[in-house]
Amino acid sequence: MFDLSTVTNWTHEQLLSVMPQWLTTTVECILVALFLLLAYSVLAMIYIMYERWVCGWIQCRRGPIRVGPWGSLQIFADVFKILSKEIITLWHTDRFLFFLAPFLVVIASVMTFACLPWGKGFQIIDFNVGAFFIIAVSSVGVLGILLAGWSSNSKYTLIGAMRSGAQMISYELSVGLSMLTMVCLAGTMSITGIVEAQQDGWLLFRGHLPALIAFIIYIIAANAENNRGPFDLPEAEHELTAGYHTEYSGIHYGLFYLAEYLNLFIVSGIAALLFLGGWMPLHIPGWDGFNTVMDYIPSTLWFLGKTFFMTFIFIWIRWSFPRVRIDQMLALEWRYLMPIGLVNLVVMALMVTKDWVF
Amino acid sequence: MDISVFGIQSTTLAVTAVLTGVLLVAGALIVAWLVGPRSYTEMKGEPYECGIPTRGESMAQFHVGYYLFAILFLMFDVETVFLFPWAAICRALGTGALAAVGTFLVILGLGLAYAWKKGALRWK
Repeated sequence: MFDLSTVTNWTHEQLLSVMPQWLTTTVECILVALFLLLAYSVLAMIYIMYERWVCGWIQCRRGPIRVGPWGSLQIFADVFKILSKEIITLWHTDRFLFFLAPFLVVIASVMTFACLPWGKGFQIIDFNVGAFFIIAVSSVGVLGILLAGWSSNSKYTLIGAMRSGAQMISYELSVGLSMLTMVCLAGTMSITGIVEAQQDGWLLFRGHLPALIAFIIYIIAANAENNRGPFDLPEAEHELTAGYHTEYSGIHYGLFYLAEYLNLFIVSGIAALLFLGGWMPLHIPGWDGFNTVMDYIPSTLWFLGKTFFMTFIFIWIRWSFPRVRIDQMLALEWRYLMPIGLVNLVVMALMVTKDWVF
Repeated sequence: MDISVFGIQSTTLAVTAVLTGVLLVAGALIVAWLVGPRSYTEMKGEPYECGIPTRGESMAQFHVGYYLFAILFLMFDVETVFLFPWAAICRALGTGALAAVGTFLVILGLGLAYAWKKGALRWK
């Protein structure tokens, strides 16, 4: 199977032979940053179009079709339009916090984005506490949203931000618990370790019922943590205009939008990583011929394929369910998902210690 | 294990990711500032809200319910932090550790049950 680390190691040695150590590291960091910038913006554009096409298809509409073939150039038109708009700053805003908020939101998503396993030997941030690091940095985004709502000096943004904050911190617990359940099964927190633990079977299949329950909890909670789907009440248009980013204009608003779509990619990527094997091909123990054929498909394609599949499920949920009320949303988390998640964790731990998982 | 792509420490790469984020936002804002039009009208500085002139201070007090959920969140989030190291090696630690963690979770569950009984989980 193609392993990107041979390419990166070769580049590293070539660079090291012509320049000192510190310069090599700098050049490599710049390469990584360029990759991140490119992947981040391109994926955001693809995702916005993906959502619009799927939602058009679900609602029996045609979606964007005018600009370019099947409307594929629409997104470039949108980006140019939003970039060329005026950035309005209001009278009574808290200027510093107002400008800080998009930085926090975008930084949180770039950091989480960099943790995803893109393929064999192709992972940017690889801590041995990777799963924990993902939870830690992704919650910085909540801070940005709260700041955005508070500093805008508008009642709608304040209410939107508070709802968003309450919702995101609540559902973060369920996301954390289902990640914990899968860490328990994989036996390691490192992202590489989790992917390698799925060599002979993806964790969703290996963990029997507890893994399936964790998967369902993860899908619901990730949807809510992203302020999407039936849980988009922070942005309930009919009551709060656009929620926490009502007062932002032009690209300032665009950056929140960008981060939102990248977060969709990130939660899908984490679902693919924890439950569907990351970049690991589909292996069935004993079927050697089948496994060899599956190994020929590049690992990055496997990862992107699984991620896009998960995203399809998220979009499907978003356009199928009506919006919930805030009390229903909090009750769903605290009375159902959270206790179920705790019990599920104990059951999983019991199965792992007794070696009942395969 | 912390060594990642190109053999660089993951901490360095995390810093790179932060700088990338800063660059992305700052770059987008600078481009928009250079390209975008600028005009001045007094009404433009007013908060949009719903289009009607806003009344009074907007950085106001908010519903105490959010605060309650924040406290509950803190309790369970710290619990997750405690459980992560155990979860990573629970296979090796065996039944004794599972019993200990089970006791810990039961105590936490009692806390949740108390909050539920008190009506802290009901949105008023």
